[in-house]
Amino acid sequence: MTNLLDLSLVQLVNRIKSKDISSKEVTVTYVERSKKSKKLNSYIEETFESAFKQSEKFDMKPDFNKKLPGIPFAIKDLFCTKNVKTTASSKMLENFIPTYESTVTQNLWNEGAILLGKLNCDEFAMGSSNETSNFGNVISPIDDNLVPGGSSGGSASALAAKLTPATIGTDTGGSIRQPASFTGTVGLKPTYGSCSRYGIVAFASSLDQAGPMTRDVKDCALLLEVMSSFDPKDSTSINFKRPNYFSDLNKNIKGKKIGIPKEYRVDGMPSEIEKLWENGKEYLKDCGAEIIDISLPHTNYALPTYYIVAPAEASSNLARYDGVKYGFRADGENLIDMYEKTRSQGFGDEVKRRIMIGTYVLSSGYYDAYYLKAQKVRKLIKNDFDDAFNKVDAILTPSTPSSAFKIGDKSNDPVSMYLNDIFTVPVNLAGLPGISIPAGLDKNNYPLGLQIIGKPFDEQGILDIAYSMEEKINFKLDINDWWMK
Amino acid sequence: MTIDLKTVKHISKLSRISIDDQKAKKLEKDLNSIFKWIEQLNQLNTDKVEPLTSIAETTLRLRKDQIESKNIREDILKNSPKDNKDYFVVPKVVE
Repeated sequence: MTNLLDLSLVQLVNRIKSKDISSKEVTVTYVERSKKSKKLNSYIEETFESAFKQSEKFDMKPDFNKKLPGIPFAIKDLFCTKNVKTTASSKMLENFIPTYESTVTQNLWNEGAILLGKLNCDEFAMGSSNETSNFGNVISPIDDNLVPGGSSGGSASALAAKLTPATIGTDTGGSIRQPASFTGTVGLKPTYGSCSRYGIVAFASSLDQAGPMTRDVKDCALLLEVMSSFDPKDSTSINFKRPNYFSDLNKNIKGKKIGIPKEYRVDGMPSEIEKLWENGKEYLKDCGAEIIDISLPHTNYALPTYYIVAPAEASSNLARYDGVKYGFRADGENLIDMYEKTRSQGFGDEVKRRIMIGTYVLSSGYYDAYYLKAQKVRKLIKNDFDDAFNKVDAILTPSTPSSAFKIGDKSNDPVSMYLNDIFTVPVNLAGLPGISIPAGLDKNNYPLGLQIIGKPFDEQGILDIAYSMEEKINFKLDINDWWMK
Repeated sequence: MTIDLKTVKHISKLSRISIDDQKAKKLEKDLNSIFKWIEQLNQLNTDKVEPLTSIAETTLRLRKDQIESKNIREDILKNSPKDNKDYFVVPKVVE
């Protein structure tokens, strides 16, 4: 029998449905491996005992009509889970136990999935390397001392290390796609409004989206189908007819027009990424797609725009952490003193920095110069994409300007850390769907990803393109389990 | 535009985050490097551009004005750092 751990999510589902294996067997296998993988620091909270109980319950009365029948999932600790601690990797929420469930996780449980535990991430999802977590760095299973990316770093690390068959993350500026790219996995950020934000610890509400992180494109389509739903509890949830992403998945992309934006060829981009991109074009041509050169002229302005818009929204969202109703409280001489000490001691440095940037750009006298300006540039960036999509069906770019870096390499220089998200941030600003798929290795054998950006609500289109490319790329990555030795 | 130490302390006050002098100096440096980089937006003329405030170009839905959660006081107070079973407790505000 093949190793259970080597089965994809879709294969696991099929094996459970055909009664070849039980939910308990799968759960035990993943728990055992997770227990031996503490060195990676990908878990914050383990719910192994309750996972065993739930898998036994499933096996006693299995429902094989479910889409994720008895499948265990570890998930990013930014999703509120009822009666299970949810910290957002912050001291501020280190003892927070939600009394309600996020819609996206509820959708998973409704389809038979079982919670294995909560995964580490950057504090309040603010970071690109998982170095801002209050619970320590996450290590990439690719190499000792390597960052898994961020903010969904624990998710990417756990997925690549096979501590969970698949997982979910959130993406505000690249937090699903960049760690997926760094760890040789697949990550999709859906169109804004596709997955409900209800019950997800808020970072920047006009940008935040939850999405699947998986081993391959088929798994990604299945998980997106489960996650995506219209939700009246999220005021920006959009009621559109969601396709059956999984059953509709196909490789017929003949005649599709794929845009190559010249502005993504940035200064100092390593030649291996240039080559990766060229190969991607060739694969697409092999599949019968047409390659078209396009221009997204305001690309360079996306990151500075993001670093006004996202902190502004964050400063407003995080105003709720005042030590009064829930979360950490530091004692103070009076109410104001309590607020200031609570927030000073409860937040980490990056979160404080972003709250302060946000507060500054929204403050009297600076609002027009910064915040309003950024909203206008955001419009120009969105217009670029609108114009491009008059000519093409999708856009192909690298996922990141480099492969994964070592822990500590960029943590002292905020701007150089921010530049990591140069190819992913424009997609959030324009609210578009984007997927990163593993596409090759660099000279150190670290994974590199390609990103496919789609029209609003055309998740199916980018999944189909990714599915076609995946076959041609035939990405293989051997991970030798060094952290268990 | 440079951000001086006085401004950093003002922002920290507005953000309700107390910072000591050492942190303030570090932040002064970080914020200046970040804002220097952000200033490149001024290369663009945006006089005739409408600001984009939301990607979802729909008007907000209204919901029925009816209570959906009842008797959840315990739930609401469950995570409070300090309470007396009926209320959140905070330091005295009125002398």
